[in-house]
Amino acid sequence: MTALSLEKINKSFGDVHVLKDINLTVEPGEFVVFVGPSGCGKSTLLRTIAGLEDASSGTIRIGGKEVTQTPPAKRGIAMVFQSYALYPHLDVTGNMTLGLKQAGETKAVIDERIGVAAKMLSLEAYLKRRPAELSGGQRQRVAIGRAIVRKPELFLFDEPLSNLDAALRMATRVEIARLHRELGASMIYVTHDQTEAMTLADRIVVLRDGRIEQVGSPMELYNDPDNQFVAGFLGAPSMNFLPSEAGGTLGIRPEHLTISATGTLPGTVTHVERLGGDTNLLVETAQGILTVRLFGQHPEKVGDKVVLGYDPGHVYRFDKDGKRLR
Amino acid sequence: MHKARHSPLNSIAAHGALILWTVIALFPVVVILINSFKTRQAIFREPLALPTGESFSMIGYQTVMKQGDFFLYFQNSMIVTVVSLFLILLFGAMAAFALSEYRFKGNTLMGLYLALGIMIPIRIGTVAILQMMVATGLVNTLTALILVYTAQGLPLAVFILSEFMRQVSDDLKNAGRIDGMSEYAIFFKLVLPLVRPAMATVAVFNMIPIWNDLWFPLILAPSEATKTLTLGSQVFIGQFVTDWNAVLSALSLAILPVLVLYVIFSRQLIRGITSGAVK
Ligand SMILES: Nc1ncnc2c1ncn2[C@@H]1O[C@H](COP(=O)(O)OP(=O)(O)O)[C@@H](O)[C@H]1O
Ligand SMILES: [Mg+2]
Repeated sequence: MTALSLEKINKSFGDVHVLKDINLTVEPGEFVVFVGPSGCGKSTLLRTIAGLEDASSGTIRIGGKEVTQTPPAKRGIAMVFQSYALYPHLDVTGNMTLGLKQAGETKAVIDERIGVAAKMLSLEAYLKRRPAELSGGQRQRVAIGRAIVRKPELFLFDEPLSNLDAALRMATRVEIARLHRELGASMIYVTHDQTEAMTLADRIVVLRDGRIEQVGSPMELYNDPDNQFVAGFLGAPSMNFLPSEAGGTLGIRPEHLTISATGTLPGTVTHVERLGGDTNLLVETAQGILTVRLFGQHPEKVGDKVVLGYDPGHVYRFDKDGKRLR
Repeated sequence: MHKARHSPLNSIAAHGALILWTVIALFPVVVILINSFKTRQAIFREPLALPTGESFSMIGYQTVMKQGDFFLYFQNSMIVTVVSLFLILLFGAMAAFALSEYRFKGNTLMGLYLALGIMIPIRIGTVAILQMMVATGLVNTLTALILVYTAQGLPLAVFILSEFMRQVSDDLKNAGRIDGMSEYAIFFKLVLPLVRPAMATVAVFNMIPIWNDLWFPLILAPSEATKTLTLGSQVFIGQFVTDWNAVLSALSLAILPVLVLYVIFSRQLIRGITSGAVK
């Protein structure tokens, strides 16, 4: 039984065709990340799965049951929003229990679930506080807690970390990964941040302009992208693209470029980023500016003449339309 | 920059302006109040003087009380104002929610149509309204006044409230939907509390014109049993003699309930602002 299956989902707002023929299945317990640039339709797809938007056409099944016409509360999903979306007039307990109360659960069940979720998220000390009296990280934990207590078949996260600062983002990312392991639940997670996608996902779905570009595990997509868009979107710094003689494009990842006397790409260093563990060089060559990622610390400085080389086995070839040539 | 705003000079200037404005705004009210406690001669001889032992008189208030039905007028005004405000806020908020929340054909057109009422004074339709009230047998009832005032207040209410409701986070409403709240629950429990400051504004804007209106009570409900306070006070203003003591006393009394309502709403207004939405 699949956790989620989407068949030919289309969604239009008036004349704007936002989602185009989306087909996807999510296995039970899987962590799937939707990633893509802003405006590509990730949130719309998530909201369509949740039932907050009606699909213009197509079929949605959650846990084997068709739910295309089912209201959000009856779909067996829970959602965590970027803006937390906590009820401002309710305390933490009230926020987490509202859904259970609406579903008519008994007090015993509610108390037990609140206890478990509060413990899991270290929220015990804050149960009587209003959202206004919590920090951003705590609010996001309450929002996650509100999802957990519903014991959904499917968790939906819409850019839950975007409003947090960098340190908290890392910590919360680890926490979400831990929750996924502990709950063993199916999760769909939307982000425009490829690092979040790579670090959290069992499987990544890359979206662009309302279409699925490619689906696969992070390493499958990184090592074997189907097209130039996916190749360029995943990986930081992103892949270098240079024109090839055949009229298409060559792609080389920054870590596959080396400084070598036997190389074929002479150029001048225009910028250096020293990160301690890595050194990133921007090198201006006849083929354009290329990013080189060197491991460890290196003495090169702006203005140095260098020659870049690469292993032909690590070169990706794309045709004029950006499709991968294998 | 930040310091400059707190400099004593600026603060004095700001307070000076505010005090001046307060004095100008309160002046007529104070004149009415002090003169309502004076004898007729004293009112005309020295209108700005405070009542002294010699000029003090309650004659105006005695006349007003003796006029008999004055409490009934009070009650009528109160019923009409409170019920009209309630209906304006309820229906205004509901229409605003529909306009701001749901996508449907003609949404924009409907919004424009509702906003049109802001620009067209309802009194233009007085004759038609009177004909309708006669036809429905509502002449000389408080219901007639309530209906008219509700219609009069709705356009601005819808306009202001829908602007505010557009700012209520979609995520919050969607969270409610996922938690199984009905659209009514989302409206009453999530959205209304967040637009409370706007509701208070609408209430205050509508309250004074309704309370003070003379036009529609005179035309639609002039009977003894349905007279409002403003209309009732007119008995003291004659074509040849005006009982100024009574007029001033009646006006002073008429201020009180409005003041009470205003205090209620302004409290709500402040509470609404301080409780604030959580981003
Ligand atoms: N309610 C709506 N009405 C009209 N257009 C919308 C609506 N919601 C989203 N869109 C459009 O759909 C596209 C995708 O939006 P969204 O799903 O929010 O993108 P993402 O989450 O990937 O940044 C955008 O071009 C956006 O303008
Ligand atoms: Mg989005």
